[in-house]
Amino acid sequence: MKYIDEFQDPDLARRLLDDIHSTVTRPWALMEVCGGQTHTIIRHGIDQLLPDQVELIHGPGCPVCVTPLEVIDKALEIASRPGVIFCSFGDMLRVPGTGRDLFQVRGAGGDVRVVYSPLDALRIAQQNPDRDVVFFGIGFETTAPPNAMTVYQARRLGIPNFSLLVSHVRVPPAIEAIMRSPSCRVQGFLAAGHVCSVMGVGEYPELAERFRVPIVVTGFEPLDILEGVRRTVVQLERGEHTVDNAYPRAVRPEGNPAARAMLEDVFDVTDRAWRGIGVIPDSGWRLSPKYRDYDAEYRFSVDGIQTREPAECRSGEVLQGLLKPHECEAFGTLCTPRTPLGATMVSSEGACAAYYLYRRLQLTPATREASPVV
Amino acid sequence: MSETTETTGLRTPVLDVAAWTCPAPLRDQSRVVMGHGGGGALSAELVEHVFAPAFGGEVLGQLGDAAALSLGGVRMAFSTDSFVVRPLFFPGGSIGDLAVNGTVNDLAMSGARAAYLSCGFILEEGVEMETVARVAEALGAAARAAGVEVATGDTKVVEAGHGDGIFINTAGIGLIPAGVDLRPQRVVPGDVVMVSGAIGVHGVAIMSVREGLEFGVEIESDCAALGGLVEAMLGVTPDLHVLRDPTRGGLAASLNEIAAASGTGVVIRERDVPVPPAVANACAVLGLDPMYVANEGKLVAFVPRDHADAVLDAMRAHPLGTESRIIGEVVEAHPGMVVARTGLGGTRVVDMPIGEQLPRIC
Amino acid sequence: MCLAVPGRVLDIEERDGTRMAHVDFGGVVKEVCLEYLPDLQVGEYAIVHVGFALQRLDEESAKQTLELFATLGMLQEEFGDPWELAAEVGATLPPAGEEARK
Repeated sequence: MKYIDEFQDPDLARRLLDDIHSTVTRPWALMEVCGGQTHTIIRHGIDQLLPDQVELIHGPGCPVCVTPLEVIDKALEIASRPGVIFCSFGDMLRVPGTGRDLFQVRGAGGDVRVVYSPLDALRIAQQNPDRDVVFFGIGFETTAPPNAMTVYQARRLGIPNFSLLVSHVRVPPAIEAIMRSPSCRVQGFLAAGHVCSVMGVGEYPELAERFRVPIVVTGFEPLDILEGVRRTVVQLERGEHTVDNAYPRAVRPEGNPAARAMLEDVFDVTDRAWRGIGVIPDSGWRLSPKYRDYDAEYRFSVDGIQTREPAECRSGEVLQGLLKPHECEAFGTLCTPRTPLGATMVSSEGACAAYYLYRRLQLTPATREASPVV
Repeated sequence: MSETTETTGLRTPVLDVAAWTCPAPLRDQSRVVMGHGGGGALSAELVEHVFAPAFGGEVLGQLGDAAALSLGGVRMAFSTDSFVVRPLFFPGGSIGDLAVNGTVNDLAMSGARAAYLSCGFILEEGVEMETVARVAEALGAAARAAGVEVATGDTKVVEAGHGDGIFINTAGIGLIPAGVDLRPQRVVPGDVVMVSGAIGVHGVAIMSVREGLEFGVEIESDCAALGGLVEAMLGVTPDLHVLRDPTRGGLAASLNEIAAASGTGVVIRERDVPVPPAVANACAVLGLDPMYVANEGKLVAFVPRDHADAVLDAMRAHPLGTESRIIGEVVEAHPGMVVARTGLGGTRVVDMPIGEQLPRIC
Repeated sequence: MCLAVPGRVLDIEERDGTRMAHVDFGGVVKEVCLEYLPDLQVGEYAIVHVGFALQRLDEESAKQTLELFATLGMLQEEFGDPWELAAEVGATLPPAGEEARK
């Protein structure tokens, strides 16, 4: 695909890697914030090609992983109700709530459907006027505008049987929470490019200045990741800490004004719990009072559901780079990709799940000797 | 694919404990979920923990695509497969084509040329007769093309709402030629891994017409009977080690099954795996990995190094194998695991899929 | 936050008062909502996420980025580089793999 294939070119990747190798003089800990970037890193084995001194800490940017247990439990409750068609992005179906997931709700007779776009859910609502259609509105600033537009359209077109279960999260408060942690090891951030496509970069200079960390807006293809790493490392080696845009083909400083205006109209900023991390002030969005009729939590009266995260899970520490996944007592025993306790084991992009896979490779004696991979 | 395919576990002597992804399988699943039919780890656990212990028997313990039997001194392959595809008709085929080719291919993977099929229809009350007729015609045409005869059949009807239009089960038998012994246990380090052409085509064709995902793409299912291709390969040497048709769970599931059952490691070179642009791009849009997308007309072969070039030539000379490629090899390192060398020169673990692959947003 | 891909606008139409387009992703065509990029034209590329065009793709900028990458590492070329050596050690595939790529 044009504008994807070119940014996977092995020869250009080598040039970027060469440059990084020759720039680095001492150890640096970088965090890629977005789960999509973690996916690219694992998928292409990029972490193994970087110099040993460059450590990538996989951040809390997988929207599926950080959706709090409590919201999953609300989703499971709503999806179990008779007459409801519960629509969701595919990767939410496998995320476990308390004791079960959406697959199991479907197995028990619930009408749970995978859609590609929230607009598909709205269309299902139009086609099934006698059913309550609920869309599971999760995601970061990238996914919030599509969900906002869908609610806006439902209201405009007068589609009363559609509602949204909202658990949106915002990146800048999460970066701030990570940096405020007293034992934080992160020295530079690869900011999530597609979040910035919507929001622009205006929220970052203050963070870069206050915490004295470089923040480099980074794209999602292998060359984009390498360029994000390269620019961050260059800043770190020079002792600089500015906001830089390594993804200019998709990110303007002002973001997308139409999308930002819609977010202002449809959502209000709110405190939000992150799975495995806890509540981060002002880190989420909820539907504004104007759209209350379209709020599934209100419509289905599930706001009474309160769930605590499992005490064994230490994914919050993993997400901050304080703990290696295998140092957690539950790792590989209580907590596996099949039976995840927390955010970082839930999806294949999660730090624990990724580590789980590679650790198996490491544990093989022949591999340990024969390959520099691990 | 028959139920006996989705397993990694029964051959306990070669099971790598570190590779076991779930310490408490099934305990947390009180009901069947879609993933139990997905051809991945959940399917394997269902067979291992429910079916195999209940059925017992030596033959089932082989757990290949088809069972290799000896009856009256004759070696034959026997396999069964059920088909539940939605929609019933899709670009490049229908449930009728799948019902024939799926079972014919399972037999072919044990080296057998399918001779006879049985065919059971489960029809939902209210389904249009014309639809049944179209499926039946497609099934008959596919059987003729594969050179196999439908010898016996059965029909049942379930109440409206209790089926999905049409379900089909087929079973087949065929003779295994002398000297042919295709089993993952025969795989040894040094074996060459090859595929017979582009991967992910069937799965993408089906997804393109699935409700909620619809997209336009000029791609048709690769659904085809592979008996002829396998014969051409065995014509070079009967000493192939193992064949699989990577259906549900895709190439990744087949390679993982073989790695686990043989106790060897598999290394593939990602840039050598043939992925057509339309498949790659559809996967990019939906967030899927082509390695996990289903095929219905491709095979993966593990071949002794000495025969690799000749077998590859024979595959390429066959109409269904013109794009055959060597994609990797078998190693002693990391037994039970599949590792891919990425296009950039890194490596990644290609794990067994857990359940069905889902579009990602992240 | 996350999976967004660049696609090219094939055609644009108004539906239910909403600006919609068919967008081509290298042979894969999907319906996409253009409400957030009201001035996007046929033939232009946009970054698309879950059925919404979220930002125009700046083709000139993409070209410049690639050109920049091409100028990197020119110095190392003359000396042979450590990364390649490391990658070679990791290569486990013997020459049989080469055969297949004729």
